[in-house]
Amino acid sequence: MEQNTTATGDVSFLVEKWRDKKGSLIMILHEIQNHYGFVPRDISLQLSKLLDVPLARIYEVITFYNYFKLDPPGKYTISVCLGTACYLKGAPEIVDEIKNLLNIEEGQTTEDGLFHLDVVRCLGCCGLAPVMMINGQIYGKVKRSEVVDILSRYKKED
Amino acid sequence: MVKAKINGITVNVPEGTTILEAAEKVQIKIPTLCKHPDLPPTASCGICIVKLVGSNKMLRACCTPIEENMDIITHDPEIVEVRRTVIELILSKHPNECLTCGRNGNCELQKLAEEFGIRTSAFQQFLPDIPPDTSTGTIVLEPRKCISCGRCVTVCQQNQNVWALCFMDRGFGTRISPAGDGVSLSESPCVKCGQCSAHCPTGAIFENDDTAKVWKALQDKDTYCAVQIAPAVRVAIGEAFGYKPGANLTKKIYAALRRMGFNAVFDTNFGADVTIVEEASEFVQRFTETPEKLPLITSCCPSWVDFMEKFHPDMKENFSSCKSPHAIVGVLAKTFFAKKRRIDPANMFVLSVMPCTSKKYEITRSDEMYSSGYQDVDVSITTRELARMIKQAGININDISEEEPDHVLGEYSGAATIFGVTGGVMEAALRTAYDYITGGKLKNVEFENVRGIEGVKEGAIPVNGFTVKVAVAHGLSNVEYVLNKVKEAKRAGKELPYHFIEVMACPGGCIGGGGQPYGITDEIRKKRGEGLYDEDHNCKLRYSHENPFVKKLYEEFLDKPLSEQSHHLLHTTYVKRPEYQK
Amino acid sequence: MEKKVILIKDTGFKSDTTRDIQSLFLKAIRDIGAEESIQIVRAADLGIYNQGVVVKILPDNTVYTHINSDNIDQIVKAVHKGEVLENLLLKDRVEQTRIVLRNCGVIDPENIEEYFSKGGYTSIAKCLFDLTPAKVIKEMKKSGLRGRGGAGFPTWMKWSFAANSFGDEKYVICNADEGDPGAYMDRSVLEGDPHSVIEGMTIAGYAIGAKHGYFYIRAEYPLAIERVENALKQAYERGLLGKNILGSDFSFDLEIRLGAGAFVCGEETALIASIEGKRGTPNPRPPYPTDSGLWKKPSIINNVETLANISAIFQKGGDWFSSIGTEKSKGTKVFAVTGKVKNSGLVEIAMGTSIKDIVYNIGGGVLNEKQLVAVQTGGPSGGVIPKKHLDTPVSYEHLQELGSIMGSGGMIVMDEDDCMVDISKFYLKFCVDESCGKCAPCRIGGYQMLSILNKISEGEGELEDMDKLHRISQAMQKASLCALGQTAPNPVISTLRYFEDEYKQHIIDKKCRAGKCSKLIQYTINPDKCKRCRLCVTNCPVSAITGDREHGYTIDQEKCIRCGRCFEVCKFEAIARV
Ligand SMILES: Cc1cc2nc3c(=O)[nH]c(=O)nc-3n(C[C@H](O)[C@H](O)[C@H](O)COP(=O)(O)O)c2cc1C
Ligand code: SF4
Ligand code: SF4
Ligand code: SF4
Ligand code: SF4
Ligand code: SF4
Ligand code: SF4
Ligand code: SF4
Ligand code: SF4
Ligand code: FES
Ligand code: FES
Ligand code: FES
Repeated sequence: MEQNTTATGDVSFLVEKWRDKKGSLIMILHEIQNHYGFVPRDISLQLSKLLDVPLARIYEVITFYNYFKLDPPGKYTISVCLGTACYLKGAPEIVDEIKNLLNIEEGQTTEDGLFHLDVVRCLGCCGLAPVMMINGQIYGKVKRSEVVDILSRYKKED
Repeated sequence: MVKAKINGITVNVPEGTTILEAAEKVQIKIPTLCKHPDLPPTASCGICIVKLVGSNKMLRACCTPIEENMDIITHDPEIVEVRRTVIELILSKHPNECLTCGRNGNCELQKLAEEFGIRTSAFQQFLPDIPPDTSTGTIVLEPRKCISCGRCVTVCQQNQNVWALCFMDRGFGTRISPAGDGVSLSESPCVKCGQCSAHCPTGAIFENDDTAKVWKALQDKDTYCAVQIAPAVRVAIGEAFGYKPGANLTKKIYAALRRMGFNAVFDTNFGADVTIVEEASEFVQRFTETPEKLPLITSCCPSWVDFMEKFHPDMKENFSSCKSPHAIVGVLAKTFFAKKRRIDPANMFVLSVMPCTSKKYEITRSDEMYSSGYQDVDVSITTRELARMIKQAGININDISEEEPDHVLGEYSGAATIFGVTGGVMEAALRTAYDYITGGKLKNVEFENVRGIEGVKEGAIPVNGFTVKVAVAHGLSNVEYVLNKVKEAKRAGKELPYHFIEVMACPGGCIGGGGQPYGITDEIRKKRGEGLYDEDHNCKLRYSHENPFVKKLYEEFLDKPLSEQSHHLLHTTYVKRPEYQK
Repeated sequence: MEKKVILIKDTGFKSDTTRDIQSLFLKAIRDIGAEESIQIVRAADLGIYNQGVVVKILPDNTVYTHINSDNIDQIVKAVHKGEVLENLLLKDRVEQTRIVLRNCGVIDPENIEEYFSKGGYTSIAKCLFDLTPAKVIKEMKKSGLRGRGGAGFPTWMKWSFAANSFGDEKYVICNADEGDPGAYMDRSVLEGDPHSVIEGMTIAGYAIGAKHGYFYIRAEYPLAIERVENALKQAYERGLLGKNILGSDFSFDLEIRLGAGAFVCGEETALIASIEGKRGTPNPRPPYPTDSGLWKKPSIINNVETLANISAIFQKGGDWFSSIGTEKSKGTKVFAVTGKVKNSGLVEIAMGTSIKDIVYNIGGGVLNEKQLVAVQTGGPSGGVIPKKHLDTPVSYEHLQELGSIMGSGGMIVMDEDDCMVDISKFYLKFCVDESCGKCAPCRIGGYQMLSILNKISEGEGELEDMDKLHRISQAMQKASLCALGQTAPNPVISTLRYFEDEYKQHIIDKKCRAGKCSKLIQYTINPDKCKRCRLCVTNCPVSAITGDREHGYTIDQEKCIRCGRCFEVCKFEAIARV
């Protein structure tokens, strides 16, 4: 899929909001990531000018932290927990199953842009291990055999 | 003072001295890889570890200050074993390509592997699959060979304030790159100064080797080959042949170049004298006629020009429009000289040997670089490349006898030779400008104020009742201070803090250029600089405008400084350039 | 009559169900017109786990578990009448020693009044008006509190370094980056009792002479962030933060900064770099943050749990605190017990409690009555404690002796189905993913070790690989810049130490006892048990199962990708994993 990695918008209000506060770069990037789902290059360039921070610093930061992405996410983000509890209770199998079914690797998005697969560390529901989350909806005690069903719900919805 | 023990030997050193430095004082060499004597430690390789008696942790010698009563062991079988493992680990992510590498023979990693006698590697090799970046034509980035020491990033961000290079991603995937996926160096703010290549311990960044083009031209019987060497080359190239830094090999290089087959051997210093005459005239003109166009800023450093065009395009008007010395020699070779000697400039090949990677870019920078009707300078190579060519040509530089340069573009003044060191352009220009304005000679031609390795140097010279205020900055991170002062004064409508500003991109000026022999330190900068100042001191001619051949040039060809002809051939223009093209 | 409070919590941590249940409760209360006398609060943590939706009635402390929508009217009526519903009561609870979690699940974390009712903010008042900063530090020394963020550094000492260091500005930073997989005590404290941390930070600020502080919270904890934001707002409104706190000359401001998904940012110097808007790569120490920290100013960094102890210490005294625990480890420690244990969840126990007590008495023993093999503590920097050492008391010194560490408090129970090579791989993979990449030993060493472990788990290992693991471990421990790299080999070293045979089994016999290493296992069909239902045949993704109803089915080992799906679907246990 041709992905749109450019997005425009004015982020000066964000910069204004953080103007007099120290240590704001990561906080601003959070707001941008939350808004666009990723950090578009044009926005980074704009931010670099407004904050008087070199673009290289912004990219160093974006590519260092897992939370920030340079590419737009899929419509549904599947986050499979690979925290300790989930790992011990079979989460790796769930990841394998999703990879097989969707034909993507961790951190990738399906060709149709529908699903994006991430692994995360502990969603804080260890009691329900293994856990996966699709756009905020938690699925607990997931069995490998249930994955097909869960995914097909989103395919249908689409 | 701190008193401590290293391998049982007592050391007394000032507070803040690192273990590494303290050990050096007692002739103990702790191996290092990421630490460059010129740069603050990045603490990233882990080779320099030492033991603190009584603790089971090991300390990094390069960045740990020695403390009172520390008892340090620098070498024992366990430490050596750990170091060896770390080297093997580094090599497991590094291609075994020494034979075809830009750093073969002077690579810090190769040397370490040699010293530790690494014969086999226990570990599987994992090589990142990143193609080299040759986009600038000046330096080549080969991230596969990068050991993530961080020196280039420190240099480019801190010393040069360009921020073309940064670390991207993390962990095993950490790599150096311009900001953005698929953004090449030429699309980045890189100003091609090559400081990264001069500081990289490995072949991950090195000068684009253009020597093949030179050999090809030399082989072609129909091509008239001319060559020129920059001031800073003469006092540094010796290091590649075992001379001490600062040793002046000018006349040996002339001889070597002739043996290599060059038909004419010129000196960039001649161009420097012309630059001074033009630039000083420009200064006098602005100083007396158009003071609103002050300060005048020097433009002989292409990295500085590139920096201005990207980051301070509002200063365009303040730049001297004068070309840099090697470009002047280039255009004069293909016009003035060619005409005199009845050589068809179409068959001429002009090489410039520079301390600089950026000159490789400058020779095609704009239309004005073709003002002879041809590309004025065909190829520019660095000191390091020339040293290799001399070796390839089988020339014994130690024993070769000295020779003189060719007329007409060879003779130079002492003012020209100090172009190669920070403050030199300013000093040379002031000598001439003073004469132009006052019609008299300066009492003391040597301006101590603008000499030395301090990042920003300021001075004031009384001229006909006025005070000419000057500033000299070198290392691009130092220009902001100077420019801010000017911009603030202008904004506030106050008196200018400076009338004349010299900037050189490389710390120390060209003697510390990105294409100079490896291992630069402030100590070496000083020695190379002294080499040039000595030459100036011993020159009979101390003023550019008194160079008889320069005078002749104007009489026969250019008319006078800033004439139409000289504008056409010797001057250039500036444009605003985007920091990022992507 | 005192107002009754019903705290609700889904102990499976599903916040959305809790929200639904909350509205059902509200409706039930409205239905009987008891809005004045019964209040509903969503709790962060009740210290009860795996019991479905749980409610706790205050002030009676009655706990009902496994609540569903059918019980709600019943419960509300019973509360209204002051009755107890025996059938829903929680049974067999073992008491923990709760200092850090003292208020979690007991008070409404969104209401500062409730924190007041537990003596909240009396400690800061006491410090400001009765004690000099030096005396505050002295009291801390008396308490013997050591940092709960992992290293166990005496808190008073850190404070006194910063107090004695010169600076026009100083900073207090709360390390709430909790990145250790399987640890979530800091989150529970921030969600359940944010004021206690604020109060702890303010006391720390007073002690060292700081005017500013930061919460560095991992972005993955939205509720914690929300609760802290809310608590900060309330504290400002009450004059407990800001200018001239409680009318004293002490002023203190607190702000929140978020992490962005990098475990290494829990390391002090990396955390500082992160707040400063840089890559979170550690820097060499010295200089220590207490001399030159955030923006090069003297700074202290303390863990959430450490800070949550402070106000309790000043309420009851340093002597009281140091009376709990062992000689060198004072107070309590919160553990997140997970893995193959019946009641997984947070437990807070006095230092010195044995691991056995935690697993069996509080944790309820091993799931499915399997055999316990080892307990892992300290997460990716820690190690395994084999069954034979289960009597070991929990303390910094005892765990270290066994080659593990206290760490931030993860405790994972492992049974016979867990493979030690696989566990090492898991933790090492974590460190490899989270390595900042700055220094060569960690960046490359970890990756190499992981590739060796992968080789072993795939049956491609050789005996000399074990030497290589030791060699790289040594290099990483000695030559890595920060504790991440220095400790990353620990899980490997400790499993090699206690379970060398299991590694050898993988290498020599090409077998994985636990059946975790898929390349080393085979699935076979037992014809005697097979009922020929074909379920496995239809489920195999690569059509590796062939045969017919008459002759039975077999698995083609060449084709089989060992996905285990047949094993999972067979209803007759006819498929064996060997
Ligand atoms: C890789 C790494 C991750 C860490 N993560 C955390 C963390 O998430 N939370 C924490 O409080 N301390 C963490 N620490 C320990 C901190 O560096 C620091 O020691 C601690 O916050 C000090 O607080 P304390 O003295 O209260 O324990 C980590 C250390 C390392 C090396
Ligand atoms: S960088 Fe050094 S070690 Fe690597 S290939 Fe080049 S010369 Fe050899
Ligand atoms: S050093 Fe070794 S590999 Fe390199 S050329 Fe010589 S023999 Fe060949
Ligand atoms: S050449 Fe200069 S500007 Fe370009 S990357 Fe290297 S150090 Fe930076
Ligand atoms: S390119 Fe060279 S200087 Fe830069 S990090 Fe890599 S090895 Fe170091
Ligand atoms: S200072 Fe000299 S060597 Fe450096 S970039 Fe400028 S001209 Fe080149
Ligand atoms: S040990 Fe690892 S995490 Fe720590 S600085 Fe080195 S590479 Fe980064
Ligand atoms: S393990 Fe998977 S691939 Fe192998 S037979 Fe069973 S279902 Fe098929
Ligand atoms: S699922 Fe079990 S019982 Fe059914 S055919 Fe397969 S092995 Fe036999
Ligand atoms: S480990 Fe998966 S939710 Fe905690
Ligand atoms: S030389 Fe000290 S860490 Fe590299
Ligand atoms: S040597 Fe020519 S300008 Fe520097």
